[in-house]
Amino acid sequence: MPLDDFDRELIAATQGGLPLVSRPYEAVGAMLGVSGERVRERLGRMLEAGLVRRIGAVPNHYRLGWTANGMSVWDVDDTQVDTLGEQVGALSGVSHCYRRPRHLPTWPYNLFAMLHGRSRDEVRQQADTIARLLGPACRSHDILYSTAILKKTGLRLTPGA
Amino acid sequence: MLSPDEVRLLTRLHGDLPLSDRPFADVAEELGCSEDVLIERLRHLLSRGVLTRFGPLFQIERAGGLFVLAALTAPEASYEQVAAQVNALPEVAHNYRREHALNMWFVVAAQTPALAEAALRRIEAVTGLPVLAFPKEREFFVELRLPLQSGAAEEAGHAAR
Repeated sequence: MPLDDFDRELIAATQGGLPLVSRPYEAVGAMLGVSGERVRERLGRMLEAGLVRRIGAVPNHYRLGWTANGMSVWDVDDTQVDTLGEQVGALSGVSHCYRRPRHLPTWPYNLFAMLHGRSRDEVRQQADTIARLLGPACRSHDILYSTAILKKTGLRLTPGA
Repeated sequence: MLSPDEVRLLTRLHGDLPLSDRPFADVAEELGCSEDVLIERLRHLLSRGVLTRFGPLFQIERAGGLFVLAALTAPEASYEQVAAQVNALPEVAHNYRREHALNMWFVVAAQTPALAEAALRRIEAVTGLPVLAFPKEREFFVELRLPLQSGAAEEAGHAAR
């Protein structure tokens, strides 16, 4: 759905979070000079259109005890990557799974799967499961562990853009 | 770390907050606590950093925008300076330090591909470092559930359903 001015204002007003008050949509409406009803109606449409994935809590995996967060990356045969990607995405422990471009010769990997565990051992076990699933279609892989969150703010629309 | 009540709350609010006049009151009723207690718990989780945000998660692709994963190699001696330069761009939604030659991985969120491209070029200009872009070519899976797997958390998760 193309964004209109109200959408932009609504995104700008809520991208940092909803006010934690009894009537949060009313509070957002008050900021924008519209009713809470109008805010709820528009957010509902954004949910339907998929422009809003969900309205809820965004956790910090580290603070939940998921201290081992690995981006596993795989060099998978191009003719099989889409079929296998679906299967990898369905494994428990995989939170995001995407096909992305290679940057040869330094970066041969075209399948990315985010893994979360309470230890690197746990993440390695998850990676072993993926390796077994991919079988000979996978030529090589790596796991890039995150060691610090440098920024996590989510989307911020640039003013005037 | 997390109390059973907090786990129940997180599990419930990792899904959708209702689009009702008093959504926290509605969720509180589901969970058998008061609206005030629920809002206070959420505030506490945010202030402790267990949650990085609470509100709508925008999927800007649905409005013609995009998220682009990108990476660069920052010299260890100037790592923090480079991180500050990258994070200063409002288009940078997330940034993680990872153990790899490519040691900084960030996501640029922009309303159009041209704006995303401009942001990546600006990062190269400001840092003086080459940036590799990994735009998603296909999405296989993005989890909607909180990866809570400890015994207590799992039970609470089921109880909250």
